[in-house]
Amino acid sequence: MTGNPAIETRALHKAYGRTIALEALDIRVEPGEVFGFLGPNGAGKTTAVKLLLGLTRPTAGEGTVLGRPLGDLGARRRIGYLPELFRYQAWLTAREVLELHARLAGIERARRGLEIERVLALVGLTDRADDRTGGFSKGMLQRLGIGAALLGDPALVILDEPTSALDPVGRDDVRAIIRAAQERGSAVLLNSHLLGEVERLCDRVAIVNKGRVVAAGALATLLGQATVRLRVTDLPDDLGSLGTFGEVTLEEDWLVVRPIDPERIPELVATLVRLGARVHAVDPGRRSLEDLFLGLVRDGETAATGGPASTTPDASRR
Amino acid sequence: MSPQLVLVIAGLTVREIVRRRILWVLLGLSVASVVLVGWGTERLVTLARADGIEELQVRIGVSQVLILIAFMFSFVLAMSAAFLAAPAIASDVETGTVHAMLARPLRRAELVVGRWLGLSVIVAAYAILSGLLAVAVVALVSGHVPPQPFVAAAFLAFQAVAVLTLALALGTRLPSIAAGAVTVVLFGLGWFAGVLGNIAIAFDATALARAAEWLRVVLPTDGLWRGVIFGLEPPAVLLLAAGRSTQAMAANPFYAGEPPPLAFVAWSVVWVLLVLCAGIALFRRREL
Repeated sequence: MTGNPAIETRALHKAYGRTIALEALDIRVEPGEVFGFLGPNGAGKTTAVKLLLGLTRPTAGEGTVLGRPLGDLGARRRIGYLPELFRYQAWLTAREVLELHARLAGIERARRGLEIERVLALVGLTDRADDRTGGFSKGMLQRLGIGAALLGDPALVILDEPTSALDPVGRDDVRAIIRAAQERGSAVLLNSHLLGEVERLCDRVAIVNKGRVVAAGALATLLGQATVRLRVTDLPDDLGSLGTFGEVTLEEDWLVVRPIDPERIPELVATLVRLGARVHAVDPGRRSLEDLFLGLVRDGETAATGGPASTTPDASRR
Repeated sequence: MSPQLVLVIAGLTVREIVRRRILWVLLGLSVASVVLVGWGTERLVTLARADGIEELQVRIGVSQVLILIAFMFSFVLAMSAAFLAAPAIASDVETGTVHAMLARPLRRAELVVGRWLGLSVIVAAYAILSGLLAVAVVALVSGHVPPQPFVAAAFLAFQAVAVLTLALALGTRLPSIAAGAVTVVLFGLGWFAGVLGNIAIAFDATALARAAEWLRVVLPTDGLWRGVIFGLEPPAVLLLAAGRSTQAMAANPFYAGEPPPLAFVAWSVVWVLLVLCAGIALFRRREL
């Protein structure tokens, strides 16, 4: 088991008739890592998840989950899954739904009761455990679904939009739950278009658009190195001595150093002052995931429609 | 296939039908119908006896009424079986309930067989209980006891299981409403073909008779219904019929002089298994 990636796909391709849902998906999720799978609606995220679970079959390409082929029964024993639609039998109580899933997952009878109680407490449904789920709100159903996905400490947890029906408090709870699952050794594939969520939780991400991975890697790498923008007047002509901090450019009134080690920003300011410049503002920052995402997705749109690149809204954002 | 998982799904199916009060509604309706049948038969018998009609004739009359009631009940039963079984998988796919379950180490075949087992137990038990209850009530008010009520009830249950198997199998691919409707239409066609085929025999229309014979092989529900009639047909009617040409009697859709051949019953068992396997194969290929 050790050494195998939790998920590995090679050129996974899925077409429904003429519609290409997923084109050449290559991702690799390591054991114990939280991996963000991002994309706009209809990008192919859910299709990818269904392929991983064997709910649909790939048109081409291959992959492994927990070291086994896609859809493998033994692998499914160690996967927890929250579907996008999170619907459960309305005529069962929350506890009975979990009991059903514990039995289907093959959790031994002796462990089942304790495991169900643990999961109920984890998702905050202990008080409603004996109510039928038909009367549950969407948020409660989603909590139940997350609980079902975490039964038996699976090696891989696949969560398809786990916070779509939750309020901010619920979202915060789910973040804590995901971190706890990671600490218990689970790898988590987090399918989402809520970027803040992903930015806070994930070690690495892949961004898909129109069935293709348009960017993938560690968040720090994807978002690029830190940048600092300074509004400076009375700049000396010779800026050569600033070269040790990073590449220096002038954008209108702003002096931009990119990339820069954020720890060295005070030293940069001190150097500028020493050179006789007057520093009015310092704006450290890096691209947010949202900027990256919108840039990639909208580039994809203009590329696909052949529209003029100048209409890309993010060109005027900064 | 894991028997434990099949039983988990079968148990879930039984619990669903009980919890959603479908079973209680069906049972309530049957009790109401049986009460009505009992009352009607009692009136019929009392009036006939008051008119001085011979007891044998009264008994024969009651036996034919019972067959007619059984026929209507078999239709209602087939409709219930179809509309109970059609959504068993189809609506789980439509709502997405099935996705969470099939992501578990549960084979699609286990889901289909578990559903089938749970539904069959419920439908067969319901058919046998309601059928025997009706027979018992008629016996109580008229004194007429059909010769083989258990055979009749068994064929009634078998016919309902055949219908539910078809609806379940269609529901692995079609939306639930379509699967239910197609099943009911096929069931009706099967019965109609059976009647037509028997008339064809009576009038020596060989080609039509052969076509109907084939249809009975493709869809054995009507053949099984003949088994119900046979179990209910009193010896007196058989004796009366013996004097006439069997060809002519065959045209009567409410008459059966002999039980369905063993080969046909065996084929019907195979048919149910084949349809179930086809349903599994269709469901395994389905993209969810």
